[in-house]
Amino acid sequence: MSKRNIEILVGLFVLLGLAGLVFVALKAANLTSFSNGDTYTLTARFDNIGGLKARAPVRSAGVVVGRVTSISLDAKTYQGVVRMEVNRGFEFPKDSSAKILTAGLLGDQYIGLEPGGDPANLAAGDTIKQTQSAVVLENLIGQFLFNKAADAGSSGGNGGGGKP
Amino acid sequence: MIDGIARLGAWGLTQLRGFGRAALFFVDLLAALPSILRRFGLVVTQIHTIGNRSLVIILASGMAVGFVLALQLYNTLITFGAAESLGLVVNLSLVRELGPVVTALLFAGRAGTSLTAEIGLMKAGEQIAALELMAIDPRQRVLAPRFLAGVISMPLLAILFSAIGILGAWLVAVGLIGIDAGNFWAIQQNGVDVWRDLGNGVVKSFVFGIICTAVALYQGYETEATPEGVAYATTRTVVISSLGVLGMDFILTALMFSTGR
Repeated sequence: MSKRNIEILVGLFVLLGLAGLVFVALKAANLTSFSNGDTYTLTARFDNIGGLKARAPVRSAGVVVGRVTSISLDAKTYQGVVRMEVNRGFEFPKDSSAKILTAGLLGDQYIGLEPGGDPANLAAGDTIKQTQSAVVLENLIGQFLFNKAADAGSSGGNGGGGKP
Repeated sequence: MIDGIARLGAWGLTQLRGFGRAALFFVDLLAALPSILRRFGLVVTQIHTIGNRSLVIILASGMAVGFVLALQLYNTLITFGAAESLGLVVNLSLVRELGPVVTALLFAGRAGTSLTAEIGLMKAGEQIAALELMAIDPRQRVLAPRFLAGVISMPLLAILFSAIGILGAWLVAVGLIGIDAGNFWAIQQNGVDVWRDLGNGVVKSFVFGIICTAVALYQGYETEATPEGVAYATTRTVVISSLGVLGMDFILTALMFSTGR
């Protein structure tokens, strides 16, 4: 085979490989779905972050508007500090609230931003004041059992103690 | 008793000497790389031998792996009602693990053995010695182009393996099983990160390319100049490359993906 043909074939091979890379990056990964750079940082403090992880989406009305960048523990208040990057172009009122929600029954956890009514908007570096922690299943069950027991106790008291 | 200890010591020294020779060989190989950039034509010829000719088996295997992964995972995922995330699971397993690793194993078998046999026969035919007599450094003229070609080809082959695997999974999932095509791609795009998943996969395939090519060249270069020696060296290439790739894969995976997501 002549040298020129070999060069053409190698060129095609390299182009094919790059085309594969572009295909995987654009069609099968999220290169286009959110862009770095034009974002601003918000912070929110939660009593319990549940299973929230870094890189979890931040959604408003179900639409992804940003990503969680880091999670840490405030050593003084023992609260989870969640930093998130929100795309510029999505501005939220000062009194917006952040909740940790779960996608579906078994899905990943994400942050839901609910806009408030304040005319002023959150600026870069601001902290979201109103937060609602993740729902922890054990706490929920514990509360349920506690309520049940309280109900049983109060109805038992009305009946004059014990069995009829 | 003393004899036993002496044998153990001799064995240990031989092993250490082997490691030392391999490390020095690798350093020489890297030192010979800059000179080859001036004669890139040699590298192009080797990419044709190593990369282009491995293309068919890589593409065929990637397609087959994509088909089978889609069929198998569908059976498992449907029991959890998560059949829509089939694309995501196939994509992550291909891009992160199977693409680089299976390509490296195939690469060691397809290209590594031919490199070892070629260099080994060159040595057996005293062509290497002839080059040295003509004051041509065989590392620069013979080994470095092949090394560079292997290191360039391997990531390209691995990404093609992943791409064709995802396409194969798409054919089975959308065409055969009937999963919604929009969900198939959308869930993937949500779950796969370009830098974390794809980028690390490419880094892996690059490292595996270095391992496979360097091992193949070293085994060929250090072979005993006999037919049995070349046969033995070819076998060792496959065994050592495969074990090296699998071991390195564990280390790289632990480094890349174990820290909290």
